[in-house]
Amino acid sequence: MNSIYLDNSATTRAFDEVTEYMTHIMKDVYGNPSSMHTEGIAAEAEVKKAREKLAQIMKVDAGSIIFTSGGTESDNLAIIGGALANKRAGMHLITTKTEHPAVLESMRFLEEQGFSVTYLDVGADGRVNPDDLKAALTDETILVSIMNVNNEIGSVNDIKEIGAIIKDYKSSILFHTDAVQSFGKFRISPKSCKVDMMSVSGHKIHGPKGVGILYAAGKVKFHPLMLGGGQQKGLRSGTENVPGIAGIGLAAELIYKGFEEKTDKLYELKRYFIGELIKLPDVFVNGIPQNAFTDETVIRMTAPHIISASFGQVRAEVLLHALEARGIYVSSGSACSSNKPSVSATLQAIGLDRNLLDSTLRFSMSHSTTRQDIDMTLTVLSDELPKLRKFTRH
Amino acid sequence: MPWLSRREIRQVMKYSTFLIKYAEIAIKGKNRYVFEDALMHRMKLALKHIDGEFTVSKTQGRMFVDCNSDYDFDEVIAALGRVFGINTICPVVKTSKTDFDKLCKDVVAYVGEEYPEKNGTFKVFARRADKSFPVRSTEMNCELGAAVLDAYPRMKVDVHKPEIELNVEVREDVYIYSRQIPGPGGMPVGTNGKAMLLLSGGIDSPVAGYMIAKRGVKIDAVYFHAPPYTSERAKQKVVDLAKQISKYTGTICLHVINFTDIQLAIYEKCPHDELTIIMRRYMMRIAEQIAKENDCLGLITGESIGQVASQTMHSLAVTNEVCTLPVFRPLIGFDKQEIISISEKINTFETSILPFEDCCTIFVAKHPVTKPKLEVIQKSETKLSDCIDDLVAKALEAHEVINVI
Repeated sequence: MNSIYLDNSATTRAFDEVTEYMTHIMKDVYGNPSSMHTEGIAAEAEVKKAREKLAQIMKVDAGSIIFTSGGTESDNLAIIGGALANKRAGMHLITTKTEHPAVLESMRFLEEQGFSVTYLDVGADGRVNPDDLKAALTDETILVSIMNVNNEIGSVNDIKEIGAIIKDYKSSILFHTDAVQSFGKFRISPKSCKVDMMSVSGHKIHGPKGVGILYAAGKVKFHPLMLGGGQQKGLRSGTENVPGIAGIGLAAELIYKGFEEKTDKLYELKRYFIGELIKLPDVFVNGIPQNAFTDETVIRMTAPHIISASFGQVRAEVLLHALEARGIYVSSGSACSSNKPSVSATLQAIGLDRNLLDSTLRFSMSHSTTRQDIDMTLTVLSDELPKLRKFTRH
Repeated sequence: MPWLSRREIRQVMKYSTFLIKYAEIAIKGKNRYVFEDALMHRMKLALKHIDGEFTVSKTQGRMFVDCNSDYDFDEVIAALGRVFGINTICPVVKTSKTDFDKLCKDVVAYVGEEYPEKNGTFKVFARRADKSFPVRSTEMNCELGAAVLDAYPRMKVDVHKPEIELNVEVREDVYIYSRQIPGPGGMPVGTNGKAMLLLSGGIDSPVAGYMIAKRGVKIDAVYFHAPPYTSERAKQKVVDLAKQISKYTGTICLHVINFTDIQLAIYEKCPHDELTIIMRRYMMRIAEQIAKENDCLGLITGESIGQVASQTMHSLAVTNEVCTLPVFRPLIGFDKQEIISISEKINTFETSILPFEDCCTIFVAKHPVTKPKLEVIQKSETKLSDCIDDLVAKALEAHEVINVI
């Protein structure tokens, strides 16, 4: 059975080139970048090469790229490190209700440390209303963290507009964006969006797990969270994960190769998938207005790879396992179980019908997803849904 | 009495041996060796997993664990504490047997180390297994008691209710011990046949398995899973639970039955308020068949009267009716909190409460019958007659076996 992997927002398969390159690094370039001998220098050169490549892609200075252990650490470092270093300027932070837990938990930690946090609502399209942000900004505000692409429904916040609002209010307020789901799907240059800090993860772009990036503009002050040998200018101590760093560098380069064409293809697939999905009875697509399912401009305002759909009268977990049995791998929008319902904050925030909270799946494509994969998924769905609906709990 | 330096005492005081006392086995008759050998075997298995070298031996109705290398005291006690059949674990200080003066010094040193407050009442129990030792046990009792009193004037002798029972046994070496750590009791696993445990992911069934194993019964288990309604993680949870109880019971052969089609057939054809009870009856039937194929002499469930609709007296009677093997329900009279206490003690609670759906909870009716009538249930089951035998045969044929060690 050929498997169809539609869980690329959870993680991706590494590019073969990345796997090979990392193997080469582990075998041949195993020095410690801090060592003084040639083996160390060779490793340092790999880190430098990756840093420069990433800087070029983001159109930033190489010195503003910090390598971390992944998206979570990048978010933690930006928010906790940024807030702690700037608390004398104020103790107020702003974020949204639909952020990744790496952001929300950092905010909660800071609340315990005496900061106050405003959690912005989002509309049914999953986007922050710029007016809400304007209203939330105060003289005490020191940091705003708003994600670019939402990981659950693929909605996109207009980072450029948000950046302008923040900096118009007060230029010293730090603007962080979690770009884990958008890097590689959009061309993002933090500078033009007035983003001070941006988180990226390796394994969401066909790179390795355990490595991420925090872009932090040169002027940004933040408190390091990893203390030790003073690597990466003391901002992130710890021997650099050289194979991982080389891997994320190469993955970023590869994912932006033939980018426009690949992105067009993804949008085309997404439009097709949505168009077919809504033909199935009692199926709803989230984050896109009902009348705009085939509207190219509206769909282009969402992420090209994420489709969130709710299936009436079916429990997401059961449908997920039924798809799995047919070789199709997806995520449930909201992990719900008989004992501990943990309802997705994002799905609640977009005002999804309560009955559908536990009936929502996320399909997330990659550049190698094909029309056949989507057709097969649709076939299996139309096959399994009536069967599962016959046996619902009551 | 010359004082030993603190350092010397430490060297002498290290427990080198554990004396194992067993209760019920001691009253067995001719087949006593079967129980003793099983106990030794279980002890060896338990000690195999911890750091250190140990020898388990049996002499004159006593069992000893000799520690031949460095070891962690708490770890050994925990490991032996999971071996059914052990009544008491006594950490022993073993010293060499040269003359009586040295014995006195050793006993005094032992008391000083073990009871640093050097206070309280005691009594010496001396035993002279080696009759070549020149001092008789009654004399030893007096002399050793006097030596302790001399050394620690605040201590007192109480021959009726001593706080400290100071045991001194003269064998090929001298064994000194006074601490008694309770073991789990019961009988060594494997001395009482084998039974099949119906293991779900819940709190009760692992406890039920533990309790029957405690009486010396070897345990196999059967788990019913229902993909896609239950996930691989739910199955992994059951494997993890089996692994935890296998620390007490030894290897468990876990039979995994795919129950989905049977469940769906029941759902489709039988009245919804009877779903659970009919489902339970098929589980029992299947479990019994696997039990018989694997030389099990009974079934074990975690049922307790009235806990849920399928565990009322009426429901239990209806469920029980399908079985010819005896069904053991060790928790039958237990309250939930009592069961939870045991599950916490045997470390299954944390795993049991992980939130994965198991097949009993998927299709629960809002108002299941609580007083099912056998004839009614039997009649409902006839609606399955066209397919159920095939489905059961198919489930049995395809069943997966996992050896949990």
